[in-house]
Amino acid sequence: MRGAFIRTLVEIAREDPKVVLLTGDLGFTVVEPFAEEFPDRFYNVGVAEQNMVGLATGLAEAGYIPFVYSIVTFASLRTYEFVRNGPIAHQLPVRIVGIGGGFDYGTAGLTHYGLEDLGVMRIQPGITVVVPADQDQAAAALRSTYNLPGPVYYRIGKDDGRTLAGLEGRFRLGCTERVREGDDLTLIAAGSMAYAAAAAAEKLAGLSIEASVLIVSSLNPAPADDLAKTLRGVPVVVTVEAHYVNGALGSLAAEIIAENGLGCRLFRCGVTDTPHGLVGGSSYMSDRYGLSADGVVRSALRALEEAAPAAI
Amino acid sequence: MSEIAANVAVEQVLDGGALDSHVPQLNLETHVELMAKQIRLSILKQSRRAHVGHIGSALSIADIVATLYGGAMTLPSPDDPERDRLVLSKGHAALALYSALTLIGWMSEEQLDTYCADASLLGVHPERDLRGIDFTTGSLGHGLSLGAGAALAARMQHSDRRNFVVMSDAECNEGSVWEAAMFAGQHGLGNLIAIIDLNGQQALGYTKDVIDLAPMHSLWQAFKWDVHEVDGHDVSAMAKTIDSLDTRAGRPHVLIARTIFGKGVSYMQSLIKWHYLPMSEDQYVQAVAEVEAGS
Repeated sequence: MRGAFIRTLVEIAREDPKVVLLTGDLGFTVVEPFAEEFPDRFYNVGVAEQNMVGLATGLAEAGYIPFVYSIVTFASLRTYEFVRNGPIAHQLPVRIVGIGGGFDYGTAGLTHYGLEDLGVMRIQPGITVVVPADQDQAAAALRSTYNLPGPVYYRIGKDDGRTLAGLEGRFRLGCTERVREGDDLTLIAAGSMAYAAAAAAEKLAGLSIEASVLIVSSLNPAPADDLAKTLRGVPVVVTVEAHYVNGALGSLAAEIIAENGLGCRLFRCGVTDTPHGLVGGSSYMSDRYGLSADGVVRSALRALEEAAPAAI
Repeated sequence: MSEIAANVAVEQVLDGGALDSHVPQLNLETHVELMAKQIRLSILKQSRRAHVGHIGSALSIADIVATLYGGAMTLPSPDDPERDRLVLSKGHAALALYSALTLIGWMSEEQLDTYCADASLLGVHPERDLRGIDFTTGSLGHGLSLGAGAALAARMQHSDRRNFVVMSDAECNEGSVWEAAMFAGQHGLGNLIAIIDLNGQQALGYTKDVIDLAPMHSLWQAFKWDVHEVDGHDVSAMAKTIDSLDTRAGRPHVLIARTIFGKGVSYMQSLIKWHYLPMSEDQYVQAVAEVEAGS
């Protein structure tokens, strides 16, 4: 979806001269359309992400809407304090674009796995956190949030060309999108984990288990009202995220269930150990950590069994 | 100017606010020196009242801040988009900046008296919510990239406004300083002016014993900066140097300002412990007497 994101950014930049793109020396074959069309509004700042965010803060103070582009870990973790004390503290419209997420950079290893970005960004009250599910939603999300007054963090998947059936590019900040109905359990997926969740729901249907699939595409503002309403009366909820289980979607669901006194049983499907050593392609790594469609099915069946053993 | 006349001028400043409108009879150098003296007295008064430290660091930049706010910067109003920008990257010396903002009439004496009180906008480190503060600071190593971004924005907007960053020498321990230095040098941000308060001290020791960055001059030159070494307590020399800079082209500028930590108060000067210590009443009385007697 990164290609669609940049194409949309180019369209927006044609209409809005305030848009500037900075990259930390990443984005080969992705950022060129912007760089070629707007050479005066494109800077490769070098391998220096902290400075990139500092520069963007200075640019935003003067009225620009700067986008900073890097791989998830470098965009969110290396820069974290500069984001906090810069665009968040100043409430300026800097946009941090983290590419990848989860195991998108499978063979690249731990340094390139985005497993805590959504958590660390979500806990800051002053930043919008957007995690689109597919390329059409990424384009819609960018269009509807690029001009917000405060900062935005986007986690943008590395894949291009895929679209999720039933979503049709819908994006509403602070809301969930439902792509499947079912009464036996609810799968809630963050961003592009919607693919695995939707495929898992198909497989579960083959076992006569009907699952709802909800997509969460913004963690700040959180879809708190939608989730509180939707989860009332649901017996089993499984969150699915390409992230450590602590801090992001699973934690959000736990907060909403507890704070609203909902009776549902929550299971969090995500990464629980530091993935070091063995590497492989993104599909291999996702499967290894239980994030493939089959992995989600296994989690769902275990959840149903633990929540209501007699029902299985 | 006699001492009596100088005191009258200071009284006028204290009574009325904006220095420019109240003491037009002073030449610029005397005006800035008076301002520096007044900044020192404010630093002492407010840190005594609030019983907080960072006194030595603030005294160290009193003359630098007086130079900037006493005429070197173009400051039509705090809201004018074409005003020169200032990043106080060594945010822990914000009291010096607050005092300057009071002297130019952007802040009242009453507000200055809230320094570090409950429900005050004037914390130890400056925040943008306070009118006249361009950037929130306090995390060392952040300011130069903010200033570089502001300078890049000014260039993109074809504006002649200048962007000043006041840093500490120990702050240059932070790698992010050099990220920003490289970028500014590479892009020839001539409208960026860094002033390094080179007092040779940091929180727990002397810079030569912690991380020795001497000769600072060569480091900045290597990153393609236009380097000037100045006496950080000579307001006239600093003003002339700033005035001489070509800020429309060429390289970014750095003034390496040699200063004395705690300048003006004999028992604080160049002593590490005054990075954090607050003053006792006796120490305060002595400090005020020394600053008032100083030139």
